[in-house]
Amino acid sequence: MTQNFLEADELVLNMGPQHPSTHGVLRVVLKLDGERVTGTDCVIGYLHRGVEKIAENRTYPMFAPYVDRMDYVASVSNGLGYVLAVEKLMGVEATPRASAVRVILTELNRIGSHLLWLGTHALDVGAITPLFYTMREREGTLKIFENYCGARLTTHAFRIGGLQYELYDGFEQEVIQFCDEFEPRVDEYETLLTGNRIWRDRLTGIGILNAADCKDYGVTGPMLRAAGVKWDLRKAQPYSGYEQYDFEIPVRENGDTFDRYMIRMQEMRQSVRILRQAVANLPSGPIMAKVPKVIKPAVGEAYVSIEAPKGELGYYIVSDGTNTPYRVRVRPPSFVNLQSLEKMSKGALIADVVAIIGTIDIVLGEVDR
Amino acid sequence: MKRLLRTVFLVDLFQGLWVTFRSQAPKNIVTEQYPAERPKVAERYRGAPRLNINPDDGETLCICCDLCAIACPEQLIVVSNVRNPETRRKELTEFTYDLSRCMFCGLCEDACPVDALELTQDFELAQYTREGLIWDRQVLEEGPKPTQYKS
Repeated sequence: MTQNFLEADELVLNMGPQHPSTHGVLRVVLKLDGERVTGTDCVIGYLHRGVEKIAENRTYPMFAPYVDRMDYVASVSNGLGYVLAVEKLMGVEATPRASAVRVILTELNRIGSHLLWLGTHALDVGAITPLFYTMREREGTLKIFENYCGARLTTHAFRIGGLQYELYDGFEQEVIQFCDEFEPRVDEYETLLTGNRIWRDRLTGIGILNAADCKDYGVTGPMLRAAGVKWDLRKAQPYSGYEQYDFEIPVRENGDTFDRYMIRMQEMRQSVRILRQAVANLPSGPIMAKVPKVIKPAVGEAYVSIEAPKGELGYYIVSDGTNTPYRVRVRPPSFVNLQSLEKMSKGALIADVVAIIGTIDIVLGEVDR
Repeated sequence: MKRLLRTVFLVDLFQGLWVTFRSQAPKNIVTEQYPAERPKVAERYRGAPRLNINPDDGETLCICCDLCAIACPEQLIVVSNVRNPETRRKELTEFTYDLSRCMFCGLCEDACPVDALELTQDFELAQYTREGLIWDRQVLEEGPKPTQYKS
């Protein structure tokens, strides 16, 4: 950490853990040469709750609410990953209707997560207005979650084997109405930001991470796609019936902060596309597959990774044949993506470090777990 | 010339004001005046727990099966009962629900076979003490009584 000897003209500056633009409780120790950053050290763990250890003392259904609290901005995606991992371990497959509903909710969650990212990222860079607009639209997704499963943020929407709740009356109309309202709103954000001179100057060429670096660091999600690698688990390893939907993976070349912004904007449009298809072809039938009352998977292990809004979210579960998992390991996208901060911020200005932290789209609940 | 006219007649100002007024249509207002105007939460909202009683005779619906206590990830429910020697049925004596540790996941309500335990739409749960959050049977049956402020 900071014990390394410093050059005479170097200065160490502590950023965080209460700094508003570190998006939570991330502490970054910056080594500065004047205004230039020569090195960064991330100090994490301020939000560590031992989620993986908690899992060893809970039964499989009991642990499901805890995963919502890791990436609390995209709790539905977290729940989906865990539920899919347990289902793979048990050899159970969710019913078509349950899968379709899961897709709808996770895509809504992706939009909500990207909206929160957009608002806060713009706020960090200096554009305050988009935050109010994005929060307004995000409210639409939260309202649907609240109507569907009774909670807005920590949803606990899915159960092992399917869903607990049947859709309420008017769910489809509400989702379609949200899509109709949301699409012009994305254009509105783009008129505010994409062509904005200040926005472009602050983002273009900042925090460049090329494809080779991305692969070295294991960076996934929008950051990887901004560097020109066409890798999206929804297409590469389709889960929960994503192979039925027609959508595109947005890819950009430069891998700078502006490209990541563009990728996420396009992803929101693609999510709307998936939502429309999923609602139009919602299969009927049961929402819960045949699952034993006491969930006791056979001895074995399973790894399932899904494309969460922030990147590849993986769950690795080892079962020893009892009703509690022997070990649960989470591969959180934010944690892995955060490691590229050092590489990206070398030689940047302090103000750019704020933009770079924002563009990684970290949630500290997931980094520290 | 055109630019001069725009400046003289304050065209840009009115354009800006038009955007402002357009956004003030009642359907675009999203701010909730919370204590004065209480939000209507969803029907399935998972809020304060309630122990339902039979409206006809005031008896509790709980059959003391203890399933909610087993299902709870935080183990915050304690159900105590005595067996009635005459009817051979379990009778509920005390039911404690520690709201300070509850994460409103809804697993207890899913586990309940008789719909006795239910998470309701009450969402104002703030208390001045930690002890006030440990609800006993009486509070669970009557529900919370938050102060309602009139506007």
